[in-house]
Amino acid sequence: MSGTDTDVIDALVGITPGSALDAIRARRPEARAHAQATYRALFAPKDRGNVSASERFAVGAFVAGLHGATAVAAAYAARLASSGAPAALKEAVDTAVKEARTHGPYGSYTSGPLSREDTPGPVYRMEASTRRALGPRLAAAFEHAHMLVFHPRDAAAAALQVLLDAGWTTTDIVTLSQIVAFLSFQIRVVTGLRTLAARA
Amino acid sequence: MSDSILKTPEHTVPTAFTRAQLDWLPWLEPLAVDAMTPRHVASLVDAARVKSPYFRLLARDPDALDARTRTDKDIFYNPDGGLPRAERELAAAATSRFNGCLYCASVHARHAAIYSKREDDVQRLLDAGVTADLDERWNAIIAASVALTATPSLFGPEHVERLRRAGLDDLAISDVIHAAAFFNWANRLMLSLGEPASV
Repeated sequence: MSGTDTDVIDALVGITPGSALDAIRARRPEARAHAQATYRALFAPKDRGNVSASERFAVGAFVAGLHGATAVAAAYAARLASSGAPAALKEAVDTAVKEARTHGPYGSYTSGPLSREDTPGPVYRMEASTRRALGPRLAAAFEHAHMLVFHPRDAAAAALQVLLDAGWTTTDIVTLSQIVAFLSFQIRVVTGLRTLAARA
Repeated sequence: MSDSILKTPEHTVPTAFTRAQLDWLPWLEPLAVDAMTPRHVASLVDAARVKSPYFRLLARDPDALDARTRTDKDIFYNPDGGLPRAERELAAAATSRFNGCLYCASVHARHAAIYSKREDDVQRLLDAGVTADLDERWNAIIAASVALTATPSLFGPEHVERLRRAGLDDLAISDVIHAAAFFNWANRLMLSLGEPASV
């Protein structure tokens, strides 16, 4: 992840040119190219709008940390550091990951026949000191990201109001949601392909 | 531009997984059709998607939407070997069932049933959930999708071996991984930016 032209998934899986997995990824060339294009759109966009590079990488590092995806989290943390974020922000991300880690998916359905499948789990409300370190905008983003990562079926319009109140515009919320959702994809492709490579 | 939560029109909330057509109602304001720039329109990839409030909402970040859609299409539609289309859709439906996305599950269970012609088995996945006992090949695909969907991941070498024993080559296993991973992307957008409605 040293530059935006390096394929992030290839780098994180350790795919080398001419390897078996290189050949497999080459059979789905559009998926390979556009997974990387999505990374660029979300983490090195032409037009950043209101969402700063540090905010994008802080959310990325937090989401990867929640997944327990060590190598991916380290890569996003390194980009966070090189985005000019203060060391205190990196520390706050690490603290938030420790506070927030759990196991998913859990959550509740609309009352009805599926209610028997309701699975309880925590709603992340961060420590006051972590909230101060992150600031209100990122604090709201992290609490929302935790819901998206671990209990997305608990999503509700009220959760979006919290983001609006913290200064995220409608367009910013679309970008934030894409960052969390895309990472949920990228991390699983990395995990899956690393497992496949190890069994070649 | 409106920065407020939309009040959804009166509707019936589905309370069971279904293969029936569902509607999707946004909680945030999609772009108005006449306010879309050529870049917004191009990001829909399929022009007909201008009718969809979901895609017009995602078009607020057009480069991300464009790349998302091209990733999606290659994972599910690329006909060059690997996993048959029906089973890519099965992995998508199983992932959506496990995450609890009724809308995504409805679309992809419908596709899985159409392409496999195994309506009863697909319906058992929807009714009983991801532990439904179908046949060993489908059980293996569902179990792998579910393990990869858990956070943190529970996907391990035993899932790869089981898929191989069920007759999948490594390209097909990579397709299972990508289909399940992609629906961890799609489910989170569909679940959190709006809600399903019965039609």
